[in-house]
Amino acid sequence: MSERRPPWPVRLVKGFAMFWWDFLIGDTPELFVAALVTIGVVALLRGVGHQNAAAVIALPVLAVVSLVLSVRRAAKPRE
Amino acid sequence: MLATTVTSGVVVLVGAVFLACAVEMVEALTIVLAVGHTRGWRSAFEGTGAALAALAALVAIFGPALTRVPLSSLRLIVGGVLLIFGMQWLRKAILRSSGLKAMHDEDVVYRETVAELRASSSSPQRDRIAFVMAFKGVFLEGLEVVITVLTLGTSAHRLGLAVAVAAVAVVSVGIVGVAVAKQLSSVPENAMKMGVGVLLVSFGTFWTGEGLKVRWPGNDVMLIVFVALYLAVTWGLVGYLRRSRPRTATVAQ
Repeated sequence: MSERRPPWPVRLVKGFAMFWWDFLIGDTPELFVAALVTIGVVALLRGVGHQNAAAVIALPVLAVVSLVLSVRRAAKPRE
Repeated sequence: MLATTVTSGVVVLVGAVFLACAVEMVEALTIVLAVGHTRGWRSAFEGTGAALAALAALVAIFGPALTRVPLSSLRLIVGGVLLIFGMQWLRKAILRSSGLKAMHDEDVVYRETVAELRASSSSPQRDRIAFVMAFKGVFLEGLEVVITVLTLGTSAHRLGLAVAVAAVAVVSVGIVGVAVAKQLSSVPENAMKMGVGVLLVSFGTFWTGEGLKVRWPGNDVMLIVFVALYLAVTWGLVGYLRRSRPRTATVAQ
């Protein structure tokens, strides 16, 4: 019995969603989450706390910490 | 001062767009050359042409739409996307440079593509297979070029410059690629990817801040500071991993 292919608009939407999933999340979901956390922290510092100097420091520092943790996670030997 | 700040932003923008487009073009060209040499140039060119037309349609649709989005929202979205995308590139380049991940070897990609094409049937479907492979290669790599150019260009209010630089990168790599034929492996792709990663994370940091109304000291000059910071971190991480781990390349991609 042959499996029916979904209609082309469904395949198009599915392909588009899959592209963005691979593009933004892929095999590094930790970087996606880290970017969201970084944006949240800086938004709170700037928008709620009105702490511009803290936001200036926090944004690159959080990006560096995210990168270092992700690289360390990848470098960790698998059991 | 104005000239200095404008130059800083433009130099980083041009570097980021050129390197990103050149890297993606090398990857797309490897697939097209493999298809052309194995199954004939007609299907390879048809697939490439169809992919370029589809990409041009995407630019025509999304380019003007993006310019209508309020700048602070656009910069926040673009900044977030570039931050994630740039860190992914940088992470991969760091792991490759430190020997924890196999280098992206265009010779291997070329051989694998040729083997796949030769293994597939030589029926009347032959041209279709070659067409689809060329189309997919160019479209998927080209999509990353389109996203890079649209996001960097619109956020910097320099879409025309970004498109021009991308065109120069694509044409330059195309000419060199055709001249050297199958020797694209000699392109220092990992070093270029590392450079692109540093530039994308720098832009991502800068525009995320702009989108959140952070006032950067020195305005655009902070881009140069971020480039220096992320280069230093990258260099430090590669050095640390090289010293602390045996050089075992494990993952090929």
